[in-house]
Amino acid sequence: MPSLPDMTTPDVVALAERAAASQPHDPHLEDVDLRPAFFDWLCRMGDNTLILGHRISEWCGHGPVLEEDIALANTALDLIGHTQMWLGLAAEVEGEGRTADDLAFLRDAMRFRNLQLLELPNRDMAVTLMREFLFDAWHFEMLTALCGSQSPRVAEIAAKALKEVSYHLERSSDLIVRLGDGSEESHRRMQDALDRLWPYLGEMFVEDAVDKAVAEAGIAPRPADLRGAWEQTVNEVLEEATLASPDTRMDVHQGGKQGRHTEHLGYILAEMQFLQRAYPGASW
Amino acid sequence: MSRKEWPLWEIFIRGQHGLNHRHVGSLHAPDAEMAIRNARDVYTRRKEGVSIWVVRSADITASAPSEKGPMFDPAESKVYRHPTFFDIPDEVGHM
Repeated sequence: MPSLPDMTTPDVVALAERAAASQPHDPHLEDVDLRPAFFDWLCRMGDNTLILGHRISEWCGHGPVLEEDIALANTALDLIGHTQMWLGLAAEVEGEGRTADDLAFLRDAMRFRNLQLLELPNRDMAVTLMREFLFDAWHFEMLTALCGSQSPRVAEIAAKALKEVSYHLERSSDLIVRLGDGSEESHRRMQDALDRLWPYLGEMFVEDAVDKAVAEAGIAPRPADLRGAWEQTVNEVLEEATLASPDTRMDVHQGGKQGRHTEHLGYILAEMQFLQRAYPGASW
Repeated sequence: MSRKEWPLWEIFIRGQHGLNHRHVGSLHAPDAEMAIRNARDVYTRRKEGVSIWVVRSADITASAPSEKGPMFDPAESKVYRHPTFFDIPDEVGHM
């Protein structure tokens, strides 16, 4: 009997080509001088969502209640979905024939460009949710600004991701208020989490040559421009949650954006990349 | 340590096509607002709905299973309660 055409596995190569052909024209993709900075910046966006998505996915099957377990898994999946878009575009900009999967699974730690904040261990639900909230508030402002990017490809990804991130922020803000203004123990744990994460937050607003180049090309906002709106959101939520912002510096730990990471990233990558390293090209 | 369970909520979701809200299951949540959020995450992951209702399970009054006989059996032999004894004129078409 002749075999029937495979209806269940789409021809991914053809699909990707067709998807690329239907994309709006974006002159930024052909700008050779901009390429290294644009690529690096896209890796920052994609690595942020990849590493936070991986951290949050670690709760899958371990959540305190079934409902929270599923909610966290949904959030992790949203973030991994954003990663596919950002790293997919990064690979396209780079033009070396790599794919989003190659970038995620075959780069070593010093090539990762995520914020240090996002690679810190989950520890408990307080640190997990506080970290997510502090990032969500930044992520929301960043994507809102990117919707007006002069790069249509970037604007398109931002518009897709923003819907999901609006919900992430709504959910995490609500939980920060409930737990901060909750029991004596939950309040103490939330305040501890905030104090612990505080010295890592400044990295979100520090500008380097990469940020400057993409900002001047009209692709992204300057990091410092997001700070005002971020502070307003964070202060409002923390106040309602009866939590106090530490009066210490936020910019103590930084360097993730340039590839300088804490010792924790290596462990994440060891787990995440093991299969592709041990069995190159394995797929299902 | 005493473990206080969140109350149980019954979840009703209206699908894409303007149908009635249908009961899809139940979940735990501390209050109604959280029940809606949890229902969004547990029951609408695959775009199942456009609207969610939540009701505390404790607020539902149910008929007693043990009274099933007297409650429902009397309707069994009363086929004339179905409107199937009318001759429908041809011009009405499919009803």
